[in-house]
Amino acid sequence: MAREIDIREGIDWTTVWLYAALVFFGWLNIYAAVYNPENPIIIFSTAHNAGKQLLFISSTFVLILIILFVDYKVYDSFAYIFYGFIIVLLIATIFLATEIKGSRSWIKLGSTFSLQPAEFSKIFTALALARFLSTQGVNISKVRDAIVAGLMVFVPPIIIILQKETGSALTFAAFIAVFYREGLPGIYPALGIALAILFVLVLFFPKFYVVAGLAVACGLFWYIFLKRYERTRQNLIRLGGVFVIASAFVFGVKFFTTNVLQPHQQKRIQVLVNPDSDPLGAGWNVTQSRVAISSGGIIGKGYLQGTQTKFDFVPEQSTDFIFCTVGEEWGFLGSVIVILFFAALLNRIINLAEKQRSKFSRIYGYCVASILFFHLLVNIGMTIGLMPVIGIPLPFLSYGGSSLWSFTILLFIFLKLDAHRSYKV
Amino acid sequence: MFQDRKQIILSFFFLVCTIYALRLFYLQVIDDTYHTIGSTGALKKEVQIPLRGQIYDRNGKLLVANVDVYDMYVTPYKVKQMDTTTFCRLFNITRSYFDSTMTIAKSYSRNRATLFLRQLSKEDYARVADAMVSFPGFTFELSFFRTYPARTMANALGYIGEISKKAHEAQEVEYYRSGDYIGITGLEKQYEMELRGRRGVKFTMMNVHGENKGSYSEGEYDTLAVIGKNLFTTVDVDVQQLADSLFQGKTGCAVAIEPRTGEILAMGSYPYYDPNMLSGKQFSKYFKELYKNPDKPLNDRVATGFFRPGSTFKLVQSLVGLQLGSINPETFFACGNAPVKCHRHPSGDLHNAVRFSCNPYFYHVFKKTMGATSETNPFKAAPIMLSKWHNMVEKFGYGQKLGIDLPSESSGLLPNVKYYDKRYGSQQWKFSNIYSLSIGEGEISVNMLKMANLAATIANRGYWVTPHLVRGIGQNGKGVLPEHRQVHRTDIETRHFEAIIGGMQDAVERGTVGGGAGIVEGITICGKTGTSQNKKGKDNSIFIAFAPRYNPKIAIAVMVQNAGFGGSVAAPIATLMIEKYLKRKIERTAIKERMLNLSIRTVEAMAAGGAAKPVPLLTPESTSKSTPAAPTKPKKETEKPVKTTFIKPKQENLNKTK
Repeated sequence: MAREIDIREGIDWTTVWLYAALVFFGWLNIYAAVYNPENPIIIFSTAHNAGKQLLFISSTFVLILIILFVDYKVYDSFAYIFYGFIIVLLIATIFLATEIKGSRSWIKLGSTFSLQPAEFSKIFTALALARFLSTQGVNISKVRDAIVAGLMVFVPPIIIILQKETGSALTFAAFIAVFYREGLPGIYPALGIALAILFVLVLFFPKFYVVAGLAVACGLFWYIFLKRYERTRQNLIRLGGVFVIASAFVFGVKFFTTNVLQPHQQKRIQVLVNPDSDPLGAGWNVTQSRVAISSGGIIGKGYLQGTQTKFDFVPEQSTDFIFCTVGEEWGFLGSVIVILFFAALLNRIINLAEKQRSKFSRIYGYCVASILFFHLLVNIGMTIGLMPVIGIPLPFLSYGGSSLWSFTILLFIFLKLDAHRSYKV
Repeated sequence: MFQDRKQIILSFFFLVCTIYALRLFYLQVIDDTYHTIGSTGALKKEVQIPLRGQIYDRNGKLLVANVDVYDMYVTPYKVKQMDTTTFCRLFNITRSYFDSTMTIAKSYSRNRATLFLRQLSKEDYARVADAMVSFPGFTFELSFFRTYPARTMANALGYIGEISKKAHEAQEVEYYRSGDYIGITGLEKQYEMELRGRRGVKFTMMNVHGENKGSYSEGEYDTLAVIGKNLFTTVDVDVQQLADSLFQGKTGCAVAIEPRTGEILAMGSYPYYDPNMLSGKQFSKYFKELYKNPDKPLNDRVATGFFRPGSTFKLVQSLVGLQLGSINPETFFACGNAPVKCHRHPSGDLHNAVRFSCNPYFYHVFKKTMGATSETNPFKAAPIMLSKWHNMVEKFGYGQKLGIDLPSESSGLLPNVKYYDKRYGSQQWKFSNIYSLSIGEGEISVNMLKMANLAATIANRGYWVTPHLVRGIGQNGKGVLPEHRQVHRTDIETRHFEAIIGGMQDAVERGTVGGGAGIVEGITICGKTGTSQNKKGKDNSIFIAFAPRYNPKIAIAVMVQNAGFGGSVAAPIATLMIEKYLKRKIERTAIKERMLNLSIRTVEAMAAGGAAKPVPLLTPESTSKSTPAAPTKPKKETEKPVKTTFIKPKQENLNKTK
């Protein structure tokens, strides 16, 4: 029997404060991004992004209250229904959406606001996945269960790609961390990371050099890491197999980047490898963003004193490139503080997740942490030139109702579950 | 289970955060590459639009050129309190235009320049330049608009206009800004990439107040604007302008091709309108009027129309019949004994049938072709032979696009077995359902380009070259685009052609083209008339021809809507154009006068009644200094062509490149 608990005591206030700090800081920077020293606008004016964001922030209070006062069992019991609903909505969006910059992922609500269902699909996928993996007898290390779990995570991004929102679809890759925590053999994420490294190497170096490097690595492995008695014929064949597959992958990547990717996507990768190849053309965003960030120096130019982010030089400066404004106006210190806040938040969520008695809550907690981390990885990486330009928002800081709402819901469902952690579902 | 993995996941998270922090340390504290820009101010990108390429005819006469104008831009945040009334009076705009444009500009961007007013002439610019000191935030940029000195070929040349919102958003790499000009139709669209040139980009550093602080990296990254490439077309402007004048008061089209090369010598769609009407500020004034006109002058009747070929199609029937062996040149069919009517003329062999355009003859030709199989059941024989027939006729380019270098071309329709199966049911139809095809009526539909191409194919005795309008690109026009030189062979052997060509010569000299209206002294013209039925109103008058008979230089197709019999109007016009092209002058002045004065109203125009206004003539605007006479009198050859020098972008506007 669940007894009534006081949500004010149950909720994890540390996380709430970290969340509030990030949202508030984001709002300040959105204002700075649209601020113009010669013609100051009022921060509360809803004609501008800062004012609109304030509206979004206020509306999240309502969302949070609803989440906290709904029975915590709802999230578990209705997980599959939510999931089914969002799949239907995602498909419907392809047909209902109005096209914005080539993507069909926004549903218009009235004349001023639009909603992006793709943003919300992560939450419901996380719930459904947690429900499935916490079911008695389900084990991710069993092939059949791994396939079902994989499909649950695979279907939404496929639909999202049909909406031409490749960036949002990529974020579903984050779930690999959850699978790993729940017992997926470590070889898979390790393989994933190895392939990612190989992928990057192919981009930076001619493919024959990479293959030659692979051969050298295999040779070294054979003579240095394997003991004499391990150098059997069987192991030689295995090692040869690894070499052949890796080489095939190298050629596959080359083929993919030159023949399958669209020219503008190729450019993005090329610019990542060598931003100076076209610093003011395809690399314009990256160059401007890096100029803005590096001009911030150690302590930054001061709030509202940035020049780079004025005059609309940095594109999408209040949404995907909000970190530029942080870097320029708050400098190295400000940027690192933001990263520290995120690290603290991730650390807090993971630790809370481990404390859960219910498997459902733990898995969901890992989903939250992984999704937040993936956005952080790609978004900040892109502004500092370590990742290709992929249009996904920075959680809590970026301008936009859909992204703010979805991250808030994502996080607060976990906090609600956590508040009831002493009760096993 | 697996609790230890928590540490691995967390460590990975922290590792990435550390790498990012180190990267930030490198960018913000160690690396000073960007500090200089960052401390002085921001980087601004200015785009310089080069002049668009010009378009010439085959003899180097200018068809499309550019005129310098100034565009005014507004940067909303720089605009101070100002005397709006004076401003509006200065530019002769209304207060509501000012307010609405200002609102649009603000909503687009407060910090970026938005187009406010287009195409101020040089004189206007000089007049307002001094007064602009009191209106900060408004700037001028040199721009241009298109002018058409030859005043012809409006539909084929096409026009340019502001890029549509949809096209602007669909760009993968942003090249066009909102409000930029882009080719909308015709050659302007087809050769947009070549004509537009390459934009120059100039980077300047700005301080926080938006003041210019010099060029970035000493102009290392600036690129020079490159002028658009010129197009050298295959058109002969003299023949073209003759067609323009001959089509005065008529609706239809004319297209002439050089058979050996596929080069288009003339291509006019009528009613005529002056292409200058759709240039610059005059666009909005005239476009609607042209669009609403019942005769649809904006439709390109040459490449996109749908017409029935009428009797001209009998030539194809003859050739296919000869090739399949269902007839030979001596085959005799009496005029009569067929469901198609004919006019009084002597019966005879293929030569005479072509000469007199005998309907029953070709009914029997097609009937024999459709029965030329061992299958005796007519419901089974018809599909077998129709598919054979279809394969052969298709090789002439029917039912498909020919591949002309224009953005829109109609395929037309060449019915096949599937088409009739769908219509009547499988094996529910036979020859008697499809006999209209024998004389080019019924389901078949074509455009006049295909008919001119047929004339070219016969002139070449069996092959055609993809028709095209452009034969050279670049400042001097050297170098031919390879895809234009594609040769298409038909399945008809060369030996079958002479029989019908003889008939065609006699058709012009003593056949369907009556009264010697097609005879040009010294030139053997081979032609075929066509009279294609209309659902309502008089028939369309069609004539296709090539000349001279041996070593042909020109193949032509002319159609005049609702003009009746093919020999009466289309043939004189076509032969006059041939005369002009081959002799460079017109000796048959009486026929020319008769055609100039002939006026034929279309059914559509008559149906619209009094509401149908003739296509407007261009009234001179302040921007166009000299207005040559209306096209009824084509310009004399002695007249000097309009200034052909390229207007180069001003050097001081461009930054040096490394």
